[in-house]
Amino acid sequence: MRSDRTAKALFQAAAVVAALGITTLVLAATGAPPFAAYANIAKGAAGNWTVASDVVVAWVPLLLVTSGLLVTFTVGLWNIGIEGQITIGAVFATWALRSCQGAEVSPALAIALAFAAGMAGGALWAMLVGALKTFGGVNEIFGGLGLNYVATAINIWLIFGPWKRPGVASMSGTLPFDQKLWLPTLNPQSRLAPVAALLAIVSIAAIFVLLRGTRFGLKLKATGKNPRAAYLLGVPTWQYMMASFAICGALAGAAGAVQVTAVYHRLIPSISSGYGYLGLMVAMLVNYSAAMAAPIALFFAALNVGSIQLPIVLKLDSALSGVIQGTIVLFVILGEGVRSTLAARKKGRTS
Amino acid sequence: MTGELLLIGLAGVLASAGPVVFASIGETITERAGITNLSMNGMILLSAMGSFAVALATKSMIFGFLAGAAIGAAVSAIVALSSVTLGRSQVAVGFVLALLCRDLSYFLGNPIMGLPGPRLTIAPIPWLQDAPVLGPLLFRQDIMTYASFALIVLAWLFVNKTRPGLVLRGLGERPAAAHARGANVARQRYLYTIVGGAIAGLAGPMYSLSIKAGWKGTITGLDGIGWIALAITIFGGWSPIRAALGAYLFALLQWLGLVLQPGLPGIPSQVLQVAPFPLMILTLLFVNMGSAEWVESFLARLPERPRRAVARFLRAVNVKPPAALGTPFEKD
Repeated sequence: MRSDRTAKALFQAAAVVAALGITTLVLAATGAPPFAAYANIAKGAAGNWTVASDVVVAWVPLLLVTSGLLVTFTVGLWNIGIEGQITIGAVFATWALRSCQGAEVSPALAIALAFAAGMAGGALWAMLVGALKTFGGVNEIFGGLGLNYVATAINIWLIFGPWKRPGVASMSGTLPFDQKLWLPTLNPQSRLAPVAALLAIVSIAAIFVLLRGTRFGLKLKATGKNPRAAYLLGVPTWQYMMASFAICGALAGAAGAVQVTAVYHRLIPSISSGYGYLGLMVAMLVNYSAAMAAPIALFFAALNVGSIQLPIVLKLDSALSGVIQGTIVLFVILGEGVRSTLAARKKGRTS
Repeated sequence: MTGELLLIGLAGVLASAGPVVFASIGETITERAGITNLSMNGMILLSAMGSFAVALATKSMIFGFLAGAAIGAAVSAIVALSSVTLGRSQVAVGFVLALLCRDLSYFLGNPIMGLPGPRLTIAPIPWLQDAPVLGPLLFRQDIMTYASFALIVLAWLFVNKTRPGLVLRGLGERPAAAHARGANVARQRYLYTIVGGAIAGLAGPMYSLSIKAGWKGTITGLDGIGWIALAITIFGGWSPIRAALGAYLFALLQWLGLVLQPGLPGIPSQVLQVAPFPLMILTLLFVNMGSAEWVESFLARLPERPRRAVARFLRAVNVKPPAALGTPFEKD
């Protein structure tokens, strides 16, 4: 058992090294200086306090969606619709703030309402995927993907239609909210809101406990491992699937609300910023367990923020961060496959 | 609209459906062997970028298209390796590849972004092009569109009328039986995943060297096509002909959206662009709903006549995936 765990860790380390080797080759193939690129990413993610706090700003929504995805993965669901759930969460949060702006509502209450609305919106959008799957037989991957595009369309329609800036609508989004309604940040220049960071940490901790130590979590696991057996043992499986969609959607909606209240202070076309898909990658990399989610999400957030300067400094596309992330996840999955295949072969020989 | 304009429009629909025909038939062949290749969306982007780069560098269309097929085959080989040999989840690996290949195409394609490049020209077929109606519709296309017509027929013949096609169906339906009859399930699944990937990979150059010539990075407008092609594979019920019909229906609706847009002011173009996706959900709903329990109990409560009609409609469109799709095969 112990040597099994060591072998696992060794293969993971080897997979990460191999992945970095491949990305280095990709960089070299484009004629770019690979080490200058890596140094630039490191500097862009940890070079000074501003960029380091930007990493935390990216980490918060990423960790929120990853927490949610751990729940849907536990039930064996691929919630690819998570991008749309972030977007609809942001839309609902914006709607709540717009409604509060004219009324006599204290800023704290308005922000709380925005988060509640965002979480409700995300949960609704996720349960729509669940309903399509449960009652319509539409695989959650395609239902979710389709609804992602629909969510983007709703968002853009609002920005260019009913919620457009006075004068001319533009891709820069809606008019910013009253400064009173911004989630308080460390200092006026920073976009890092301690409350949002706290929310993300509480979420991942809560999900860790939920999946580890509660009956509810146990039933979710049973549903994921063998829905038929779980159903026969008295777990209402489709209700548990819907509940997991709702939890995941609510956390995605919270991520959308963070983007609106703390980061952009308005609704913008690409409000989900790809955090949903990135969260799926993080969840796969941590092998669907909550313990390592926070540090891995921090690493991925650092890659994202660190590569922002690449186009300016080195004339490289910032998609490099996605290439590094994707290659690492792919190699870790393949590495684990090689390890377990070799282990099975060895066992077959000795027995 | 005059008849001639309508014909030109419909000929354009047939041409623009070409890549989706290749992608969904390629995926149909792969899934018939029991493997889901979810990487399609990134794969098409990468092969579009790669084939454009190769065509630019070699000044050869042929090498461009070959590169597209090679990229599709290479990405699919990773899917086959991870699922057949290493026993990994096809969904996980496919999804990671879908994202990875997309980012890779944007990253590697950065230097060739917006460059002018070669473009496939129309090759009218002598005599036939002058036929009334069918001439302008079918016989004034480029060579890859002709190839897409041929592919539909050939794929259908292969799957349904040949011996290897029978084995292919066996791989996806009852791999244990195929194994018992002497088929090497693992090797055959590799073969059809790679062949299906190569066919689907041709969708890339059909865009970047013909329909949407060039490479424009994130605004190329190809992101999402692969997901549509995967949905069309399901809509097509894993039959090459129905898959092709799905592709033409999709292209027709897109064209109608463009034609009707001036008549629908107030709807931003970005909203019309996503119209295929809710349609995708609706069609998947139609083809799957027939199997749902509540639909059956709802139907039972309807009066005789509408019940028969609805039931017949649902049965006609209902689809069943290959029984062993997505499940690994272990021979003992």
